[in-house]
Amino acid sequence: MSQSIAISAGAATSAQPARRLTYWAGVRRRLRHDPTTVICCVILLVILLAAIFAPLVAPHDPFRTSMIRRLLPPGSPNFLLGTDELGRDMLSRLIYGGRISLVMGLMPVGLATLIGGALGILAGYLGGGWNMLIMRVMDVFYAFPSVLLAVAISGALGAGPGNGLIALTLVFIAPMARVSESVTTQVRNEDFVEAARATGAAAWRIMLEHILPNVLGPILIYSSSLISVSIVLASGLSFLGLGVAPPNPEWGLMLNTLRQAIYIAPINAVLPGVMIFTTSMCFNLMSDGLRSAMDVKS
Amino acid sequence: MLSYIVRRVTYALPIAIGVTILCFLLIHLAPGDPLSAVLPDNASPEMRRQLAALYAFDQPLPVQYFIWLKRILVGDFGISIQSRRPVIGEILPAIQNTFILATAAVAIGFPVGILLGAIAGFVNGTALDRVVTSIAVTGVSVPHYWLGMVLVVVFAVNLNMLPAMGMSPSGSGNYALNWEHLQHIILPAITLAVIPAAIIARSVRGTVADIRQREFVGTLYSKGLRPSRILLHVAKNAGPTVLAVAGLQLAQLLGGSILVETVFSWPGSGFLLNSAIFTRDLPILQGTILILALLFVMINLLVDVMQTMLDPRIKRS
Amino acid sequence: MSAIADLLNTEKPFAQDAHPALDPRDRGGPLQPLLKVEGLTKHFALKGGPFDRKRQVVRAVDGIDFTVAKGETLGIVGESGCGKSTTARLLMHLVKPDAGTIVLDGDPVGGVRGVTIAEMRRQVQMVFQDSYASLNPRMPLADGIAFGPRANGVRSLEARTRAHELLSLVGLAPERFAERYPHEISGGQRQRVNIARALAMHPRLVILDEAVSALDKSVEAQTLNLLIALRARLRLTCIFISHDLNVVQFISDRVLVMYLGKVVEVGPVDRLYAKPAHPYTAALLASRPSMDPRRRVTKPPLQGDPPNPINPPSGCRFRTRCPIASAVCAEREPVLLSLEPNGGHAVACHARIPGSGHINPVHAA
Repeated sequence: MSQSIAISAGAATSAQPARRLTYWAGVRRRLRHDPTTVICCVILLVILLAAIFAPLVAPHDPFRTSMIRRLLPPGSPNFLLGTDELGRDMLSRLIYGGRISLVMGLMPVGLATLIGGALGILAGYLGGGWNMLIMRVMDVFYAFPSVLLAVAISGALGAGPGNGLIALTLVFIAPMARVSESVTTQVRNEDFVEAARATGAAAWRIMLEHILPNVLGPILIYSSSLISVSIVLASGLSFLGLGVAPPNPEWGLMLNTLRQAIYIAPINAVLPGVMIFTTSMCFNLMSDGLRSAMDVKS
Repeated sequence: MLSYIVRRVTYALPIAIGVTILCFLLIHLAPGDPLSAVLPDNASPEMRRQLAALYAFDQPLPVQYFIWLKRILVGDFGISIQSRRPVIGEILPAIQNTFILATAAVAIGFPVGILLGAIAGFVNGTALDRVVTSIAVTGVSVPHYWLGMVLVVVFAVNLNMLPAMGMSPSGSGNYALNWEHLQHIILPAITLAVIPAAIIARSVRGTVADIRQREFVGTLYSKGLRPSRILLHVAKNAGPTVLAVAGLQLAQLLGGSILVETVFSWPGSGFLLNSAIFTRDLPILQGTILILALLFVMINLLVDVMQTMLDPRIKRS
Repeated sequence: MSAIADLLNTEKPFAQDAHPALDPRDRGGPLQPLLKVEGLTKHFALKGGPFDRKRQVVRAVDGIDFTVAKGETLGIVGESGCGKSTTARLLMHLVKPDAGTIVLDGDPVGGVRGVTIAEMRRQVQMVFQDSYASLNPRMPLADGIAFGPRANGVRSLEARTRAHELLSLVGLAPERFAERYPHEISGGQRQRVNIARALAMHPRLVILDEAVSALDKSVEAQTLNLLIALRARLRLTCIFISHDLNVVQFISDRVLVMYLGKVVEVGPVDRLYAKPAHPYTAALLASRPSMDPRRRVTKPPLQGDPPNPINPPSGCRFRTRCPIASAVCAEREPVLLSLEPNGGHAVACHARIPGSGHINPVHAA
């Protein structure tokens, strides 16, 4: 039963080697050319570096109080942004405050992405009973408004940055798990996953090598959009007296303690909020930029 | 469709139960002896014994849960540590005040959000669209409690036009619809309305732009339909999505009010929560959170059901 | 010189370069069928609300039997919805059968005795229809091919070498294609990669589910020729599923015809195509467009609408469209019976079975 080979396989293989532009390289290129994203990136970098190198950058000791120099307005000699209600230098406190605020913003989201993302992938891939179990538990957490849940957990645990971190992480796990599960379910039904199952590969291997690379994009986009929420929420917790305790500098806490001074020195009172606002806004815009950069199909 | 509604309601039930379990566990999350979490510091041994029997802390956890659940269902939320009065008596008026504030925020924020979003959606791609989008992004990023402080600085401190705190002039609990009372609500309502307005604007913009692109709208234009009628068509299609987002925002307002109420000393449930945290008054903390969370679940359920009734496509699923 | 021609000319031995019965995994010798399927059934429940009184089922595959001998290619044809693709997935256990047995070279699959599903998957592989969806968009081609072996314990380096070998075997130069991504190559090339991927596991049985249906005609021809060359070289046993009768005729040794979840006829390709025993087969063959201007058809060979797989007709499922249906066809389901003693050609039709009560029995000529 020999058939004559009438084709020329040479035709099939003579395709020009295409320009190897991987997906992520394309994303990076588009990001670099988007002015908004670049500006926000620069601003955030400045804040981040100032926070990391705070001891070198800050002009004064953020903890040193002085009763005579209370509530000096911005622009006073030696105190670029004035002083707070206990005479401490605002600029230094804002710089040091960046450390705590940034950590409280980034770490919960990072942890929640890991935990929630993993839970979602598990639930999406395994399906059936596991899916129901995991997602129903997530639904219960999701049933609380985020602020309320954060306040509830840290209120019950007690004030303190550690408890605040735990509370915030728990708050973000549920939405991350939802997004992750939803994307995983879509990918799971694709033929290539079936083909992978057909090779008899173990579930963990399929999840790691086939599912994960294909869901990482949407998960990261969503995760980045949560950062600004986390920063605002974290400072909100400190504002309420949960989270960081005085005399530590943290932007939300500073807003709280400066509230009494709102009639006397209004500019000082709102200054920490500017930092929260700016950081949050930059992360938001960067997240938007990331989403549109990843949207374009290569 | 009735079957869908019934299914949706029965689905919400386990969620509600899960919520109660979570709230129940809150007391046990607190460090230290659970009994001291619900007792004032200077409690008499008699009171200590009474409350121990009431809460049954010596029983295994699931049993405690059911005892607690039974009490909740008849409205007994325990005694406030701070005021020694029944918790439910403190919570209900507070929630009422929050509702008043939330309603005002909805009345301001939703129309503004929908309007801005619709405008942006219709002029999609132009400079005006970018302006509106920037405003929306700003609205989402701003910490609303800070915005509240800024507004207080501007309007109360500098311009002295509006009061900075409280719900009513004399601090009384009653409410009336006169200017003395209304002026108290303006600043907090605006503050609270910003985030929902921004989110709704974004959502409406996206939906409207998306619908306009769809082919059937092109058909409408080519049929020579007047722009106002086309607007109606677009609105009908955008309705369900917008409703869903708006409903979610309303529910979020319940929780989000805590920060704004603190800034303005508005005596709502958020303010109550704040003072409960301060005084470590766990019964009030637990009760308020429970009620707010259950309200949240109910509102989500209502929104889902209404969305189904409006969008015929969902009905068939 | 084309890579395919190279394939046939070279003396280089490939791992499976032997009669399939000499494969070390062989258990029953050349006469034992590689695959034996009995009573395979799958019903899909339609989602109704909890208040639906009648829970409806789609009887996608309803008790089918067939065998595949070692080294042969069985073609499975039928219209859309007849259950071909479901059958493929049942064989791979990608879908759990509701009833029936699958016996691989004498060992039942999935039961208490016999081979496990994982072990079966090392011996049976499948090529899917959608060439793009079958490949992980984020994985370079060579990695995609190497995944199966690596997941089964082959070391990374060896798996990569195997992947490169396979790429050249299907006519894609490894230097140029190994690191490419699926979206960077054409549909025909992708399907070659899918074939390479299926072969990477050194399967004893390859199932091709509409593997060439989505390709342009010229590319389809190339791919078919590749398959034939590979089959000869590697002595593969294949199941080739398609709705295209011409393609099935070209590539199969035996053909099985399915209708609405049941086997209606099975037999050697030449015999079945020349003298179809079942009215459905005859109608299918007659509805092929012909280049011969003398063979024009005024009446469509198949009348009526395809029935609903949810509520198939009673008795013989084809009776509503059958030109020779009689009363007995509505009462009893016809059983698949051989037309001659050695069992090569079997049909499920009352008209072919003497003594069935059919009004116009037609005996096989």
